[in-house]
Amino acid sequence: MIWQLDLILLGLTVACALGAVQVRDLLTSVVLLSAFSLFMCLLWIEMGAVDVAFTEAAVGAGVTTVLFVVVVLKTERESQD
Amino acid sequence: MKPGERDIIIRTVCRLLVPFVQLFGLYVIMHGHSSPGGGFQGGAIIASSFILLAMGGGYDEVKRRFSLGALTATTSAGVLLYAGLGVVCLMLGANYLDYAALPVSDARSVGMLLIEIAVGITVTAAIISIFHDLVTFE
Amino acid sequence: MRYLHLVVTTLTGLLLIMGSLGMPATGDPDSPPSSHVSPRYIEQGYKETAVPNMVTFVLADYRSFDTLGEVTVIFTGAMAVLLILRGARSEAEE
Repeated sequence: MIWQLDLILLGLTVACALGAVQVRDLLTSVVLLSAFSLFMCLLWIEMGAVDVAFTEAAVGAGVTTVLFVVVVLKTERESQD
Repeated sequence: MKPGERDIIIRTVCRLLVPFVQLFGLYVIMHGHSSPGGGFQGGAIIASSFILLAMGGGYDEVKRRFSLGALTATTSAGVLLYAGLGVVCLMLGANYLDYAALPVSDARSVGMLLIEIAVGITVTAAIISIFHDLVTFE
Repeated sequence: MRYLHLVVTTLTGLLLIMGSLGMPATGDPDSPPSSHVSPRYIEQGYKETAVPNMVTFVLADYRSFDTLGEVTVIFTGAMAVLLILRGARSEAEE
């Protein structure tokens, strides 16, 4: 484990998570969540858990993003408040 | 260009990519023994290839190739295959899901491969089924 | 009351950080998770199952019941979505 790489990846992960919560547009939030999954995947690889990283990349960054996008497009895009 | 119809470049690239994505998904399932991967990941990759086809060429084209009843039946068939393998082991005189009783060489390895295939079938069909339900929901 | 949620979040975070300080170091061979069943899997797993990938043989052979439950969860999820979304549509058609 390289702690500098760990620090960069953790910082980007937290930044993506905070951004996904704070951003107003839902589609941007979904994309940030996908980026969060990608950084989580890189963290898993960095920790040596390649199988978990594979699942995170296929399901977290791939399939759930598509499902979220479908749901966002199917519902009201802008919040009313 | 009619509404709902994609650009020809997007359509062609998506169509060209789909067989390779599916081949990679099958590779991930079959090589779960010796490299990272397995039924869950491979199933997700195969399902996402169909989602790619739906995004590239419109969902109607994908829907023509699937019957909904068959999709639901396939989701159940994977679980049934998994549980059924356990019952087969039970009938051969061993414990539930104890593949060592299967009458083949390297029985536990073969049993694991069957399990991975069953998981892959369930995950593929479940993800496509959820995607279909969300897309066609009014 | 306005800053109550901030206080609660900070306290929970501090508690979690305190808890994580008590965890064993990564890759510590003497830690409890790697001293009971893990050596058994590492030493005997390949001999018993002839599968080189440790994650696969633990998930699909030694802990097969766990994976069966996982598959059932996925199946149940798909069926729940089917019942909620497709069921609502067939009600609307009536």
